[in-house]
Amino acid sequence: MEQILLQLNNISVVYSDVIQVLKGVSLAVEKNRIVSLLGSNGAGKTTTLKAVSGLLKPENGRVTDGTILYRESEIQNQAPETITRHGIIQVLEGRQPFKYLTIEENLRVGTATRWGKPYRDDLERVYRYFPAIEKRRRGLAGYCSGGELQMLVMGRALMAHPELLLLDEPSLGLAPLVVREIFRIIRRINEEEGTTIVLVEQNARMALQIAHYGYVMENGKIVMEGTADALRENPDIREFYLGMSAAGAVKSYAEVKSYHRRKRWL
Amino acid sequence: MDFFMQLLVGGLTVGFLYGLSAMGFVMIFKSSSVLNFAHGELLAIGAYFFLALTAWANLPIPIVFIIALGGCFVLGLLVERIFLRPLIGEPLIFVIMLTVGLAAMFKGLILLIWGGNLYTYPDFLPKILEIRWGMIRIPPVYGATLIIGTLFLTLFGLFFKFSSQGIYMRSVADNQRAALSLGVNVKRVFALSWAIAALVAGMSGMVLGIINGVNVHNLSAIGLKVFPVVILGGLDSIGGAIIGGIIIGLLETFTGGYLSPSLRDVVPYIVLVLILLIKPYGLFGLKEIERV
Ligand SMILES: Nc1ncnc2c1ncn2[C@@H]1O[C@H](COP(=O)(O)OP(=O)(O)O)[C@@H](O)[C@H]1O
Ligand SMILES: [Mg+2]
Repeated sequence: MEQILLQLNNISVVYSDVIQVLKGVSLAVEKNRIVSLLGSNGAGKTTTLKAVSGLLKPENGRVTDGTILYRESEIQNQAPETITRHGIIQVLEGRQPFKYLTIEENLRVGTATRWGKPYRDDLERVYRYFPAIEKRRRGLAGYCSGGELQMLVMGRALMAHPELLLLDEPSLGLAPLVVREIFRIIRRINEEEGTTIVLVEQNARMALQIAHYGYVMENGKIVMEGTADALRENPDIREFYLGMSAAGAVKSYAEVKSYHRRKRWL
Repeated sequence: MDFFMQLLVGGLTVGFLYGLSAMGFVMIFKSSSVLNFAHGELLAIGAYFFLALTAWANLPIPIVFIIALGGCFVLGLLVERIFLRPLIGEPLIFVIMLTVGLAAMFKGLILLIWGGNLYTYPDFLPKILEIRWGMIRIPPVYGATLIIGTLFLTLFGLFFKFSSQGIYMRSVADNQRAALSLGVNVKRVFALSWAIAALVAGMSGMVLGIINGVNVHNLSAIGLKVFPVVILGGLDSIGGAIIGGIIIGLLETFTGGYLSPSLRDVVPYIVLVLILLIKPYGLFGLKEIERV
């Protein structure tokens, strides 16, 4: 068996002391793998990532139950300043650039976990992965296109030398061609840097093409898991997330939303 | 014409000082959204530090000046650490009320130690800084202010544009959540912005003390001028703070010189209201970048 880098054991997350969002989530991420976390809007995917990265804290959320093990030590409810220094970096949903900083300044913020160390080589490395943003290195991030911004925020995270990269919906709102490009680069980062990646997506089709393993979330719980191949062949996944009937034809929206089979997971 | 020149130089200098101290106010606001109502007291504390050191320590003035600035910087760090940090995450209105309390406390302490009298510094500025131009004689303090002020602006400009810590500070002002996700030490950024704010406010206080004399009521009232200055310049623009300061300083001085000294505190506000009617975000307030 491969070495397990991250493990969530039955965690519960509560916001503002009353709103329970995660209800006993367990999952394991092996080293050097891409693990995808799928599920519809509001399932709790972002909350799961934030529980790992410590970003729940500023939103008044807390892991109230269960443990999060990273390299076998507990990290739940630690501050983001601490967790990022363990090598866990989350790329936020909706991209969140520093609009009034240039591209290169945005990238330099990625060195915050190792302030004072040289960073020139890392800039070059990021530009090799994302040549599109090198051309605009002196331009303000606020004026970039969606695809450039996604490259920028992923590059910014790479500057931190993450061991575990948490990507929250990188494909959101991007054109299909750009999405394909982004996913190719995610796979390259995983292969060339050896970075372990947790990939949260609603675009299950793309995610399962590059992931090794996947989990499906509904209503704050994991309802299914398996290797990417197995999930791709699973009739429920095909129907609800890949939008295909058992025969392989794309089904109408009304049928996709039919609730019968979905219920079995809950 | 000579009178005009004197007013111009005086207004520019005082305005520059208003702007520098407002820059500190803007820095705190940009990084933590806190409006610091104790800003005038930070100005006053700087002036009294300098006063105490010139009177007690028998050291060359430039060294006293640097020590006093260092004291202000440390004071800013301590204020953040002791009073502000425990309130991180609490509603902003509590934090702002705390600064109102700090203002009263600092003022009380100064009155307790020095009383409400007007003090003056010994005359120490070198005569070469005095500008003579025909009939005009401009006291050395104005030249010194322009030199020191420009030096500070340049240093801070370089710090924010090029140093890593400066870029981290700007990242927190820009998008705090994203900065946290990359491991930026946000508490250190808050502490630094208080320290720098106390430093520039203290420096303005020292120089204004040289120009007008040192009195806690006058100096903390000058501190209140940061409000028209930053509203004019745009609450979140450091360059705007400097220009806003210069505009308010010029308006004040010219009103005092040509109209009536009793109007000098009124006319700038009338102009302020007029400008805000036309540009509600101030002259240089950031408009959100909207991408299509
Ligand atoms: N800060 C918060 N406070 C309260 N409830 C929240 C907060 N953030 C998210 N939620 C709720 O948690 C649920 C899961 O949200 P999220 O983790 O963002 O799901 P996903 O990323 O899968 O779309 C949603 O119902 C959402 O309303
Ligand atoms: Mg989400």
